[in-house]
Amino acid sequence: MALQSPSLDVGGAILVKPTPTSAGRGYWQSVGRRLRRDPVTLICAAILILLVLASMAAPYLNLADPYKTSMLRRLYPLGSPNHWLGTDELGRDMFARLIYGGRLSLFMGVTPVVCALLIGGSLGILAGFVGGKTNMAIMRIMDVFYAFPSVLLAISLSGAMGAGTENTLLSLTLVFIPPICRVSESVTTQVRGFDFVDAAKASGASSFTIVRVHVLGNVLGPILVYATSLISVAIILAAGLSFLGLGVKPPEPEWGLMLNTLRQAIYVNPVLAALPGVMIFITSICFNLMSDGLRAAMDVKA
Amino acid sequence: MLLYALRRLIYLIPVAFGVSLLVFALVHLAPGDPISAIVPPDAPKEVVDKLKEYYGFDKPLPVQYLRWLGVTLTGDLGTSIGTGRSVAAEVGSAFGNTIILAIAATLLAFSLAVILGTAAAYAKSRIVDRLVTVISLIGVSVPHFWLAIVLVIIFAVELGALPPMGIGPENSTGWKFDRAHLAHMVLPTIALSVIPLGVVTRTVRSTVKETLNMEFVTALQAKGMRDSRILFHVLKNAAPTCLAVMGLQAGNLIGGSILIETVFAWPGTGFLLNSAIFRRDLPILQGTTLVLAGFFMLLNLTVDIIQTMVDPRIKRG
Repeated sequence: MALQSPSLDVGGAILVKPTPTSAGRGYWQSVGRRLRRDPVTLICAAILILLVLASMAAPYLNLADPYKTSMLRRLYPLGSPNHWLGTDELGRDMFARLIYGGRLSLFMGVTPVVCALLIGGSLGILAGFVGGKTNMAIMRIMDVFYAFPSVLLAISLSGAMGAGTENTLLSLTLVFIPPICRVSESVTTQVRGFDFVDAAKASGASSFTIVRVHVLGNVLGPILVYATSLISVAIILAAGLSFLGLGVKPPEPEWGLMLNTLRQAIYVNPVLAALPGVMIFITSICFNLMSDGLRAAMDVKA
Repeated sequence: MLLYALRRLIYLIPVAFGVSLLVFALVHLAPGDPISAIVPPDAPKEVVDKLKEYYGFDKPLPVQYLRWLGVTLTGDLGTSIGTGRSVAAEVGSAFGNTIILAIAATLLAFSLAVILGTAAAYAKSRIVDRLVTVISLIGVSVPHFWLAIVLVIIFAVELGALPPMGIGPENSTGWKFDRAHLAHMVLPTIALSVIPLGVVTRTVRSTVKETLNMEFVTALQAKGMRDSRILFHVLKNAAPTCLAVMGLQAGNLIGGSILIETVFAWPGTGFLLNSAIFRRDLPILQGTTLVLAGFFMLLNLTVDIIQTMVDPRIKRG
C-alpha cells in the first residue's frame, strides 16, 4: 500500500506527497510498527516517561522536603548520608529538588510549544488554505517576529513584562508561533494545489470538510514532527530565562534557576553546581532523538 | 543583481515598520506605566505628571509612537535611566564587544561544521558518520549556558588555565588584540559556538549527502574528473542551503550570546540587556533590542543576496 510520504526539497522546506485519505489507519499502524523497532527512540521515550512520572508523583515518593533549608547542611557533596546527591546552597536536598524541578522545567518547555502549535498551526493552515490577502496579512505579521533572533525576542518580552511563570509561558508561546505558522502555511499551500482538493471542491464538499478530511490528514504529520523538534529548544530556552532570573521565581525548584543559584558554589562543590544542567541536557537530548525517530517513522524529512 | 538587492531592501521596509511597533510596545508591556519604573513609589503626583509630560507619556499612544519613531530615525535612542549616558553610546560600545565574540564563535563553528559535515557525508565507514552525528546531536541539545559553567569549572576553577570571566585583565572594558584579551575569549567562544556547530554540521552533512546522490556527480566521475574537483562542484551545489542555515545561525548566535555574556560577564549587548532588565532601564532594553533586530534583518538580507549570487536560480519574488 502506498504510504503517506512527505519528502524534502533542497531548500529545506517540507514537501508533501498526496495520499488517499483511506490510507489513514494503515499509515498510523505502520508508523507505530516502525517506532517499536527503533531502540533509540524507545529508550528516549522511556527516559522521558520516567522523568514525567517521577516529577508528577514527586509528593508521593517519600523524598526530602525540597523547600526545607538548613544553614548547617549547606553544599554537602555527592554521596552524603541522607542526601545522596548532596545539598544546595541553602541546605536543601538536591535529589528532591532535581525531581521536583522537573515539574516546572518540563511544563514550561512543553506548554508553549503546545499552545503555539494550536495557534500557529491554525493560523498557518488558514493562511495556506485561504491564500490571497489573508495569507499576505498573516505571513507578513509573522515576518516581523522573524526579524528577531528567537532568544532575543523571548528575553526582551520577558524582560519587559517582568519575571514570572505566566509571563515566561506567554513570551515563549509568542516565540514559537511564527515558525510553526510558517511550516503549516507552506505544507498547506502545497496540499491545496493537489488534484484531490479540486476534485473534492468539484464534488461539492464544503471548505470545512476539505480542510478537515483532505488538508488536515496530509499536513498534520509534518506539522507535528516539526513541533516536537521545537520542544528541546523550548526546554533550553525556558531554563535559560529562569537562569537569567526572568522565569520561575525562587524558592521554586526549577533546573535553570537552580543552575543560577548554584553558580556561587562552583569553587566549593563544582560537580554539584553542574547537576541541574545535566537534567536539562538529558531531557533535551531525549526530546531531540525522539523527534528524529518520529520523523523517520512518519517519513517526514526536513 | 543590484535591482534584486534593492527590491529585497524595499521589502524590508514594512517588516522594519512592524519591528519598530513591537519594540515600541515593549515599554508598554511593562507592568504599571513607564514612569513608575524611574520614580520612587512615594513621589508626589505633580512630579510624576511633570515627568510624564517631559517624556511625552501623557499623549495618546499613536502620537507617542510617531514621536518616538521620529527621534529614533535620527539615531537618538534616548537616555539610559541607570547611567544617564546616551543609549546609542552604551549600545554602540557593547555591540562591538558582542560582534568580536560572535565573529570568533561563527568562524570556529562554521569551519568545523563544514569539515565535519563533509567528512560524515563522504565517510565510507559508519563510525565517522556516527561520531559526527553524535557531535551534532550534542551541539543542538546542550544548554549552552550550562556548558559555559562547566567550561569555567574545568578550565578556570580546576585547571586554572584560563580566566573565568571578563573581557580582559583588570576591569578592561574594551577589546584589544593581545594575549590576555585572547585568553579571555577562549571559553566564551567555545560555549557560544556549540549550537551553530550542531545545527550547521547537520545541515552540511545532509545536504552534501544529497548532492552526492545527484546524477551530475556520476557524470563527473564517469568523465574522469579528479575527486578534489568533484568535491568543489558538490560543495558549490550544497552551498545555498548551507548558507541560508548559517545566516540564520549567525543571527541566533547574537541572541544566544545574551546568556553566555551573562555567565562570563562579557561587556556586550547581552550583558547590557540583562542588567538593564534588572535595573528596569527600559530605554536600554528598547535600544538594545532595536539594534540587535536591525542587525539581524540586515544579516538575513546579506545572506539572501549572497545566496542568489552563488545560485541565481533561487531569486525570491
